[in-house]
Formats: sequence, structure tokens, C-alpha cells
Amino acid sequence: MSIPAPKSSGGAMLRLEGVSAGYAGFQALFNVSLEVRPGESVAVIGPNGAGKTTLLRTVSKLIELSAGEILMEGRSLHAVPAHEVIALGIAQVPEGRRLFARLSVEENLKMGAFLPAARPRYTERLKFVYSLFPRLQERSSQIAGTLSGGEQQMCAIGRALMSGPKLLLLDEPSAGLAPVVVQSIFALVKRICAEGYTVLIVEQNIRQVLKVVDRAYLLETGRIKMDGPSAELLASDEIRKAYLGI
Amino acid sequence: MMRALPWICLAALAAAPLVGLGNYPLHMLIQVLLWGFVYTGWSIMGRLGLVSFGHGAFLGIGAYVVVMLWNAYGVSPWIGLPIALALTAVVAFVIGYPCFRFKIVGHYFALVTLALSEIARMLIVALRDHTGGSLGVTPKTALTESAYSLVALQFSSKLVWFYIVLAVWLGGLWVWKKMDRSMARLALEAISQEEDAAGSIGINVTRLKLGVTLISALMTCVGGALYAQYQAYVNPDSVAGIGISLQMVFGVIAGGMYVRLGPTVGAAFTLLLAESLRLMFGNSLHALDSTIYGLMLVLFIIFMPKGILGGALEAVKGKKAASPDVQRA
Repeated sequence: MSIPAPKSSGGAMLRLEGVSAGYAGFQALFNVSLEVRPGESVAVIGPNGAGKTTLLRTVSKLIELSAGEILMEGRSLHAVPAHEVIALGIAQVPEGRRLFARLSVEENLKMGAFLPAARPRYTERLKFVYSLFPRLQERSSQIAGTLSGGEQQMCAIGRALMSGPKLLLLDEPSAGLAPVVVQSIFALVKRICAEGYTVLIVEQNIRQVLKVVDRAYLLETGRIKMDGPSAELLASDEIRKAYLGI
Repeated sequence: MMRALPWICLAALAAAPLVGLGNYPLHMLIQVLLWGFVYTGWSIMGRLGLVSFGHGAFLGIGAYVVVMLWNAYGVSPWIGLPIALALTAVVAFVIGYPCFRFKIVGHYFALVTLALSEIARMLIVALRDHTGGSLGVTPKTALTESAYSLVALQFSSKLVWFYIVLAVWLGGLWVWKKMDRSMARLALEAISQEEDAAGSIGINVTRLKLGVTLISALMTCVGGALYAQYQAYVNPDSVAGIGISLQMVFGVIAGGMYVRLGPTVGAAFTLLLAESLRLMFGNSLHALDSTIYGLMLVLFIIFMPKGILGGALEAVKGKKAASPDVQRA
């Protein structure tokens, strides 16, 4: 069973135009522009401290822009507060999962459908998430904090899908997981892309993520250094030397 | 049978004074229900990670506004209470909004509220010409000709007070139950565990926190007003300031803030503790009760973090089935 992600007509779904942002006294992003088209899976890759997480936090409105503009389906996010971003169809899987550790798996999923607009389709989406992650169904009444790292990541992704998003933001889904689990998480990401969701993923594990996504941007010290189809980046000398150690 | 049990207990409680409960036990029962209600109000926000040391301020507003309006202008508590509630709402908003908007949580939130309760106490003391200062104040009696005055909310019969307080206490438990079953409770638990993630799934963190703070503060204000009317005497230390605010926190932690009757059990416990200390040592050792509260608070937090009732329920449940889920009962 699957619910196709909503498709929108042509052009970019998410567009960042000349975005600069940072924290008090420290600029983390410089004039970053990128776009994600409907149905596409895009990665932002780069080393630790490049500003990848900051980039996602600007989209989820957890930090303010100092310059530039973010558009979701042509609508500016400028005046949108953090808790209303999801109503525009942007769901995020935060770094380190950020599950509600003392709630059960199913309660976590239920919270993902917190928006009044998402509640009527709750049962349907729960079925869908359970079909994607049968493991979560087995553990539905378990307290989320007691899940293994990989299961927590599934639960975090499931929670994000419960709102029926157009665009899924994934922040370092492989962080803190055992190598074998990382593989299965990337397999899941691939499957979610195949379900038709539009995905923007931020990842340090460059080799793995480039095998999964359509396109990628390389972010270094807050600036976009390269972009292109992932096969092209995987083959490029610069990436191979600097990041893949080949 | 199990479903009927709470109703049987309630009926027994309601009937207890009619079968000749002495004056002193009745007084204690009223106090337990009254403070049980106030503690329940505190727990409504406390259990969700909003630990307030400022509830003394709301208690004080309830008690003093009602008494002062009556004494100075002859305004009936029935009008004084809504005014006190409005003032409480304003104060709760003024404290809560900036805290929640700018994500002042945990220890910092506790510190802000700590200041609030002391400010309330010092204001009462400083305005001694109107409030009676630290000597306290007594509502002017309306009982010269009759044994009760509905307008002045004064009753010489403890029985009347018992039923008033019982009804209010049941109202408090009802609010708790409503909160417990609402989506808002899940949302607030989510906030207390992962605030940013809660925002990211569409929860308006600021508004929900403000809402729960308002409910909690208003309940406390009602408790303060009733306390003043029942005791027919209030002083700044008994309804405002850090002492009473700490006592609320202690009582709730002792009883257990995650189960519905926990705060009431906590109220019974603190009251029994205070009374037995008073009987044992009289009023000679002044800071003894606070010292013992402090010590017991430490012991409770270490050895019985879910409180007396929470811990007991868990033990019972643990015997029946090995499910560690009492916390959310």
C-alpha cells in the first residue's frame, strides 16, 4: 500500500536564493542558492562544520536569514513561524532523531499527524508508515527512547511522513548509527524517494548518499562549491580526492 | 467492581462528616482537599516540565485581592474572585509569554518564577497600609447576625466548607482528566521532551505553554481565595513567597505528579508532616519544618521520583504485570 506524495506543477518546489545566515557573531552560510524540483531527491554534502545543518534550520525557520530568500512552491517563508512550516508541506527529520523519548512509538507517530489538517488521514498514513517500517508496528507500544538507533531513525522518518509532506528534510540520517545500520537507513531513504516523495537530505556520508539521490550540492565553509547529478559528482576528481579518499 | 470503586470511595468521603467526624479531623480533611486542589493545579504544568516556583504569587493574588476588595469596598468575593482571576491571568501572561517566546526553560524558567513569588510577598508586606503587612489580614466578618453569608462567602459551619472544597477539588480532578486525554497533553509532553522537534511537527509551543500555564495559575488563584475565606485570615508567608511555593513543589513531588491523585496524596502527606512536627515540637523550633521538607525532598527525588502514589501504583502494577508504564497512567 502506498500513498503517492502530492505532485505540484513544474518549476522548483523549494528554492533558496542567495541565503546568508548564522548565529550571533558568526556567519555560517554565505549566499547559498539551490533548488529542489518536485519528485527529486537532492543531497547537500560536505564536511563537518560546512553549514549543512544550519542550511536545513533556515528552511525549518529555526534560525533567521540575514539575507536572501527561501521559497516553497513560490511562497516566501519569510514571515512563516517555525511551527507553521509543516503546514506548507515541509516535514523534517532532525539530526539525532529528536524523538519524544518517553512517548510510545505510536504516540510519536500520532504527534507527526498533529496538524488538524493531517488528522483525518491519520489511520491511512499510519498503515502506510507501518507498511514501510514493519518493525515499527511490532514495537508500536514500546517507549521510543528504548528503541535501537536504527529503529529510532525509522520512527523519526515515520513521524515526519505522518503529516503527508510534499517535501521531506533529512538531517544526517546516518549520524551515530552502526555501519550496517547506515546501509539499511540509506536503503530506506532510497525507497522513500521511490515512493515519489521529494527529499532534501543533508549528509556527511558522501559516498553512500550519492548512491541514493538524484542530484547533490557540495557545501564547504558555508558556500556552495559544486553541484550536479550525483553520478557526476561521484566521478569527479575533486570529490574523489577530498572526500572519498581514492 | 473496579469501575465502581472510585465512586464508592467518593461516596464514603462525602458521607464522612455526616457520621460524626470530629471538628479537627474535618478541618484536616478540608485542608487536604483544598491543598490537593492547589497542588493538582500546580502539577498540570509541573508534570509537563514547566516547574514553577511562582505559584505562591497566584495563591496570594487570589487570597489578597478577594479579601482586600471586601474589606475596603465591600465587594463580594463573587465579584472579587473574577477580578483576582483576571489579574492572575495578566500576571501569568506577563511572566509566561516572554519565557515561552524566548525559550526560557528548565532551571531558568524556575528562577524567573522564583522571583515572581518573592515579588508578590514583598509587595504584600510593603503595602502594609492596605494589606496589613506581615501581620496578615482578616476579612471583615459578615457573620454577626447569621451563621452564614453567601454574599461574603463566609460560613461558620465547617460542613459547608467541606462540601464547597470537595466540589472544587473534584473540579480540579476533572480538569486534570480533560488535560490528560487531550491532544494538548501529548503535545506538551512532546514539548517538554524535544521542544524544537515539537515545533517542527506543527505544535505552537508558545501558545500551548501559555494555555497550560493559565489553567494552572487560575486554579491556584481559586485555591488562594478559598483558603483565605475558609481560614478567615491570611498573611504573606502563608499564601505568597518562596516558602509556600516550595511547599507546593515538595508536596507534589512527594505525592507523585504523574498520577491524578498524586498531588492530593502529597497534600495529605505534607499536612500530616506539618501537624505532627507541630505536635512534637510546638512552635519552638522555627525553621525545623523547612529543614525537614528540604531533606525529604532530596530523599524523594533520589529514592521515589514518582512520589508516594506513583511509586505505590507502580509496585502494584509491577506485581500484576511487568509493565513499566505507570508514569503515564
